Amino acid sequence: MRKFLKRFYLAIVLFFLYVPIAVLIILSFNAGKSRAKWEGFSLTWYAQLFSDKAIMNALYVTITIAVLAAIFATILGTLAAIGIHAMKKRPQALMMTLTNIPMTMPDIVTGVSLMLLFLFTKVERGYVTMLLAHITFDTPYVILSVMPKLKQMNKHSYEAALDLGATPIYALFHVILPEIMPGVITGAMLAFTLSLDDFTISYFTTSPLVQNLSTLIYSQARKGIKPTMNALSALMFVALLILLLIVNRRSNKAVDKN
Amino acid sequence: MMDLHLPAWAIWVMLAGLAVFIVMFIIILRRNHGVKRSMFSTPYALWMIIFTIIPCLLVAYYAFTDANGKFTLDNFISFWDSNHEMNKELANLGFDPAAMGFTRGMVNISTLVYSLWMAFLCTVICLLIGYPAALFMAERDFKLGATLVTLFIIPMWMNFLLRTIAWMSLLEDNGLINTLLVSLGFSRVQLMYNNSAVLLGMVYNFLPFMVFPIYNSISKQDYRLTEAAMDLGAGRMLTFIRVTFPLSLPGVVSGITMVFMPAVTTFFIPRMLGGGNTEMFGDLIERTFLTANNWNLGSALSLIMMVLILLSLGLLRKVDPEGEGGSMI
Amino acid sequence: MKKISLLLVLTLIASLLCAPCAMAEEVVNVYNWYDYMDERVFELFEQETGIVVKPSYFTTNEDMMVQVRINPGAYDVVFPSDYCVERMISENLLAEINFDNIPNLQYISSWMLNPDYDQENKYSVPFMWGTVGILYDSTRVTEEEASSWSVLWNEKYAKEIFMLASIRDTLGVALKYLGYSMNTRDPAQLKEATQLLIEQKPLVKAYQVDETKEKMVIGEGALAVVYSGDALYAMDLNENLAYSVPVEGSNVWIDPMVIPATAKNKENAEKFINFLCRPDIAQMNCEYIYYSSPNDGAIALMGEEYTENETINPPQDVIDRCEFFHDIPENYMTIYNALWSQVVNAK
Repeated sequence: MRKFLKRFYLAIVLFFLYVPIAVLIILSFNAGKSRAKWEGFSLTWYAQLFSDKAIMNALYVTITIAVLAAIFATILGTLAAIGIHAMKKRPQALMMTLTNIPMTMPDIVTGVSLMLLFLFTKVERGYVTMLLAHITFDTPYVILSVMPKLKQMNKHSYEAALDLGATPIYALFHVILPEIMPGVITGAMLAFTLSLDDFTISYFTTSPLVQNLSTLIYSQARKGIKPTMNALSALMFVALLILLLIVNRRSNKAVDKN
Repeated sequence: MMDLHLPAWAIWVMLAGLAVFIVMFIIILRRNHGVKRSMFSTPYALWMIIFTIIPCLLVAYYAFTDANGKFTLDNFISFWDSNHEMNKELANLGFDPAAMGFTRGMVNISTLVYSLWMAFLCTVICLLIGYPAALFMAERDFKLGATLVTLFIIPMWMNFLLRTIAWMSLLEDNGLINTLLVSLGFSRVQLMYNNSAVLLGMVYNFLPFMVFPIYNSISKQDYRLTEAAMDLGAGRMLTFIRVTFPLSLPGVVSGITMVFMPAVTTFFIPRMLGGGNTEMFGDLIERTFLTANNWNLGSALSLIMMVLILLSLGLLRKVDPEGEGGSMI
Repeated sequence: MKKISLLLVLTLIASLLCAPCAMAEEVVNVYNWYDYMDERVFELFEQETGIVVKPSYFTTNEDMMVQVRINPGAYDVVFPSDYCVERMISENLLAEINFDNIPNLQYISSWMLNPDYDQENKYSVPFMWGTVGILYDSTRVTEEEASSWSVLWNEKYAKEIFMLASIRDTLGVALKYLGYSMNTRDPAQLKEATQLLIEQKPLVKAYQVDETKEKMVIGEGALAVVYSGDALYAMDLNENLAYSVPVEGSNVWIDPMVIPATAKNKENAEKFINFLCRPDIAQMNCEYIYYSSPNDGAIALMGEEYTENETINPPQDVIDRCEFFHDIPENYMTIYNALWSQVVNAK
């Protein structure tokens, strides 16, 4: 009985989390345009999706920015983590504070401050500025996911490699990287998802001419979201779900092999 | 498909700078000796100076200057007295604000208090819902724990704006819930355009951030501790109060941080679910910048927000010196 | 194997980076109100001229002006309201239009030319005009009640009222109800209006702009302050709805098309403005967004369907009791902003 109550409680919480998502997915199959009325099953919105220029463009911006930002942030962050890890206590603390600031800063303040930077330096806001902003808020998360792996690593293997005649770059790729790879991958994934989902910072760092999905949704929100947007998010949702299943299957296999 | 909204020369300068930097970096790394590993973090340090430190300084600069770039504390006085600028203007125009009944304006302060209150309520509700959920998920005999964590993460992949809008289709007067109520013979209830709807939207969006850290800290606990307590005759309740709960506190603290901080500066949710009847601090900052076109006051408000967050973080660090704040990852 | 995957990643990055640069096409960036144009017009324009229309949208004049200031070069054609054109001219934000490229100006009614906000008619071409009034559900609100702004303070309709989330419009309603000018600079009158709006707040369901018409169609409210075109749109979809311009008077406005001084595609912008002035295109837009047209050619094409409709073609006495907005100088705007803040944040 006790067990049942616990399960029941969890089920209710999950229900709460999934209701709006279910609504979104169901509405994407609604023949009518209305948010409230069911007018029959249809796939029209899915068919229209691919000819909707605004949405396709925003999708392109969102995905390219997420990929590029994740790549840059991973490189920048991994190098930084390795460097910070090797630092003495004082500078290390300083660098970690520098890393923590953007993570604790409210999104809206980060967004506003970057907007001021671009306006002040008269750099036109657009694709590039949005990318720069995304790299900026992604990188600290990469550092934080790589750091623990570095702490687990043998401290002296890098020096040993250098003593044996390896160049720093060789040691980086053949000694350090293989050890911390799981952390790097986690960091990259995290960076990718964070930048995929970001709204506030993008909103302040892009011009209305370059929109990602979030800012596009925001600009449509007042008028009523087009059902094509529901269709797109349903598709993305399923795609991410499949991706997750594949990753899980793989890691399970890896565990089995071991 | 789009323009790169930078003047062409800026892109070239940036690319050239980047190329020179990378080449130098590689040259340095190819040499055998005299390379400290700590140098690996220089690109990052430079990046953060340009894109975090300088922007923060800019916010501070705007906060302490007026529209003409002169030093002033007016923006902070305006935070305290939202009518300050108006009254000054009135006096300039030859009116006597006090005689006209224009007193101190409470707009900014009351928005801050309201935001803090809403964030507090949101945190408490998240804790009340999230703690038991995390506890049940972390139980040793519950095999689905890890799967459930994933189930908690998945909704966060849906765009946050879309999730909020989906709530609108549930809560509207002609939304799904009301349609259901009416078809069951009940009368309609107004669910949207009020504080509870805003709160619901906030709890919905931030709940996972409360569950993860608590789940982490409970599932990391050594289960032998609770078993030992039970063996020594402590009941379930006592074991929980004396063992499990104290050990989960770091998770609770980081959960509170991760919910409260973003909740204070929520924006968009009040506008959509609250029908614009109330404003939270995030909305206020946005409106000050993008509608009232007052960068100086907007910067001052942002600065105040930043300082508040840092202060409360400092306080939490005292409670949670290990800094479990990043334990979600 | 490793080399190949590296190559793959590099080409991927290169293609991602280069995709944006490869599209050099003729464009015109249009910054417009939500739902303020029949978007099929964009396609027609592209078919005829090869110029691609790229739209983005705003909700209030105030938001629009900030965006134009902070995004130089981003817009080629903008649709501000009359009083904002006045402000934008004084801030040197607008480019003079080369009217040689706008032969279709001949179709614009002569009373629309050389308006107060652009007396020499150098910067703007009228696009639409209209009024502000009350959209009401005639099954719940009588015509007589709706003929006065006072209905918005009637407790009978508590939580059934939508107001505009727009500073000048909403303060204007309260000012008119009190019998003052919508362009007042008298702080005492402004304070009285603010007080009235704060008293009204418990009765208001939501402050919004673009959402209102759809919500009125599905019966979410009994009363709403709306622009005339939104009213007609909603009335077309729900026959219970009706529109009135209250007896105390209201706002009549013109939304012209202008070209920002920083526009990158000025000639395309002029082509687009000229296109919108062509009678058949103006008719398309008018029939789609239901606002009043300044285009005599389009009105002739629409005939009685247009002239008989009192909402779209208000009788002279309605226009006479309405007032145009004028620009409020920055120092007085500080007062407006502070008072509006009080309304937004009243609990």
